Amino acid sequence: MRSPPVLILVLCLFCLFSCSKKGGNLDGKGKQIITIAGSTSVLPFTEKLAEHFMKDNPDYIVDVQGGGSTAGIQATLNGTVDIGMSSRKLKEGEDLNQITICYDGIAIIVNPKNPIENLSLREVREIFSGAIKNWREIGWVDRRIDAVTREEGSGTRGAFEELVMKGKEISDAIMVQDSNGSVKEVVATDPYAIGYISLGIADKRVKIVAIDGVKPTVDLIKVGRYNLVRPFLYLTKGEPDARVRRFIEFVLSKKGQSLLKSEGLIGAWD
Amino acid sequence: MILEPRKIDKIVKSGFYIQAIFAVGLLFAIVAIVVIRGVPHISVRFIFFEPIDMGREGGIFPTIVSTAILAIFSLLLATPLGVGTAIFLTEYTKRPPIIRVIRFGVESLAGIPSIIYGLFGFIFFVVKLKMGWSALAGILTMTIMILPTIIRTTEEAILAVPKNLRLVSYSLGATKWETIKKVVLPTASPGILTGIMLSLGRTVGETAAVIFTMGSSLRMPHSLSESGRTMAVHFYILAREGISLEKAYATALVLILSTLLINVSAYYIMHGIVKRRMR
Amino acid sequence: MPGTERVKVTKERWIKGLFSVFAFSSLFFLLLIFAFILFEGIPLFQKMGIGHIITGTKWAPTKGHFGIMPMIISSFLITIGALIVGGPLGLSCAIFLSEYAGKRTRLVLKPSLELLAGIPSVVYGFLGVVYIVPAIREILGGPGFSLLAGSIILGVMILPTIVSISFDAVRSVPDAYREGSYAMGATKWQTIYRIVIPSAKSGILAGFILGMGRAIGETMAVIMVAGNALKIPSSILDPVRTLTSNIALELAYATGDHRLGLFSTGVVLLIIIMILNYIANFGIRRRLIR
Repeated sequence: MRSPPVLILVLCLFCLFSCSKKGGNLDGKGKQIITIAGSTSVLPFTEKLAEHFMKDNPDYIVDVQGGGSTAGIQATLNGTVDIGMSSRKLKEGEDLNQITICYDGIAIIVNPKNPIENLSLREVREIFSGAIKNWREIGWVDRRIDAVTREEGSGTRGAFEELVMKGKEISDAIMVQDSNGSVKEVVATDPYAIGYISLGIADKRVKIVAIDGVKPTVDLIKVGRYNLVRPFLYLTKGEPDARVRRFIEFVLSKKGQSLLKSEGLIGAWD
Repeated sequence: MILEPRKIDKIVKSGFYIQAIFAVGLLFAIVAIVVIRGVPHISVRFIFFEPIDMGREGGIFPTIVSTAILAIFSLLLATPLGVGTAIFLTEYTKRPPIIRVIRFGVESLAGIPSIIYGLFGFIFFVVKLKMGWSALAGILTMTIMILPTIIRTTEEAILAVPKNLRLVSYSLGATKWETIKKVVLPTASPGILTGIMLSLGRTVGETAAVIFTMGSSLRMPHSLSESGRTMAVHFYILAREGISLEKAYATALVLILSTLLINVSAYYIMHGIVKRRMR
Repeated sequence: MPGTERVKVTKERWIKGLFSVFAFSSLFFLLLIFAFILFEGIPLFQKMGIGHIITGTKWAPTKGHFGIMPMIISSFLITIGALIVGGPLGLSCAIFLSEYAGKRTRLVLKPSLELLAGIPSVVYGFLGVVYIVPAIREILGGPGFSLLAGSIILGVMILPTIVSISFDAVRSVPDAYREGSYAMGATKWQTIYRIVIPSAKSGILAGFILGMGRAIGETMAVIMVAGNALKIPSSILDPVRTLTSNIALELAYATGDHRLGLFSTGVVLLIIIMILNYIANFGIRRRLIR
């Protein structure tokens, strides 16, 4: 059980394994690796882009992770990843090269069983600030409004606060979930819920509400009538090298952009 | 009113029976739900293929590999360290102060929530030591996490070895180390193994400490510096994001089966060793 | 022969040295965590004052508010809730296993209940979201994600711990006590609640406290079912956020003072758990001495 030779053998394996490090952005098989991390809003789209990119460029490996906009920014500043993803604008001191890959609308969603079709921006603000607490105040049943928000530090929340709350604070009696997907889940399963998510991941399981009469469709966003929009950013420390640039060029190319648009995002050039 | 002690006794007895049945029923319900809703989606493809579309389709093979890497290497590090520490504490030191300090450390860390390990591992290994989200960060964090368990169970197992066996060994001229190697450890091995199995089970099911250190990349990890997603983390993400209810149940089933297998085999190994010794 | 003796002694000393290196390494790693968490967590206490953090009711770290009182309260409430759900049930199962069940039943039942401990916490959380949360929402109202949901899930999760430790405590009450009681004409139940339980009191308490420690430390399952709202709950149907959830929700996004705030949350959590552990160990040691 305690035979030293086996232990030594295993330790050697351990060292061997860990020594095949990222050294020089090449993995053991000689493929080029690009590491990306950051916003959970941008994440699913980057993953799709990466899948297609790797199909066209089999000598590349694109490694995508979440962690949040702030984590992605930090990781890029630290040099831990090649590209950071952010769904919010950069703040002071976050000195990075930024590339807008597309725009994303923020959709206010309710459960499909909810009959409400339209809300004013003011009503949304008051729901999330806690001023409006019951659905009957805006024309539905006598039930408490189960509002869901994202957590502090989320890029999506930051954008929501900037575009909708406009200085008013989100009530602390409101439920918090830590990703677009989980907010969507809550709203999809609770008939009395309301939340906000990235437009790009809204699907049939939730109902998108029009704001001040305007539905968040790609066209209406393009012409500027729906205003809850934020940029999705790719961040690099200084100018990206050839390897990283290959991927970014793919994302900004016609193919990459049409991929994003097919997911419900708005192209960077629109 | 029913005031007769004997009647109360009968009522209470059935009360206890009901509660016990309820508790066991709960367990069965949990396992049954996962089995019933998960089995239809388990297939050879599921186990051995890679995930497609973030886990909506395809299999969970990379997560199984990531889980195995995390578990195996953490145990490889923690077992010698933990058993060695236990041996030191029980066989080698006669100076109480040192024992007390080490034991205080072990006891204190026994109840620490996994999120604290996640917090520590993330800031210390991933950020400050610049390992990034990696298998290495996860392994180091898990090792520290299971260390107290292994130390404790090994210690208990060693202490349970009758003094007589040691005395007989010494009287035959064996040295301390020879005694430990050939008498104490083998006798204590069922207990030690239990501790190892418990830690294995914990590693497989752990989420909070792993997601912040090993990360959540769905790729197959080819080295320890790469991130990986274990089964537990994958299940968590599938379930919370509502990516795929079916795949979630299937993953849960694999998870539960793994931990069940670990616990059951621990039980049998323990019995096997004990039985063999009885012959 | 003198030569081999010396070789043997040297080898022994090497081995002893090796093991002491192991032991001190373990100690080092274990203390490393403590040291690091304290090191990172204390600065904010100095900067903002202990009062602001522990009694403050506003948590908005990006705006300079680090009050974690609502989370301390919620952690306690959810733990007490878990004890209410899991404690009596666990104790009853332990008593059943010890006093009523036959040997064969015990051999099957006890490992089964301990298997509950092997189910990963995220599975509990998931099942809670799928079954318990909607049930609460429909039957009792509120969003379903609530203090109640958290208590129920945690109660089931700490069941194995309570059953296991209470069983050991009850089992170790000498049969002589029971025989004496029967000899005086008491029924089984009278014996149990007048003799057995009081004798096993400190062990049972230790089990409860250990269960408490587990409940306070649980993270993933709680995030999934408790709702994570920042306010102090005014009813058990309100969504709550515990100390652990607070750390997990914002860890990946936090920088600077925000991150320090999470460490401070960790310090508070650590202190609470250490106190609980200490009380529990003290209780167990007292039982052994008796």
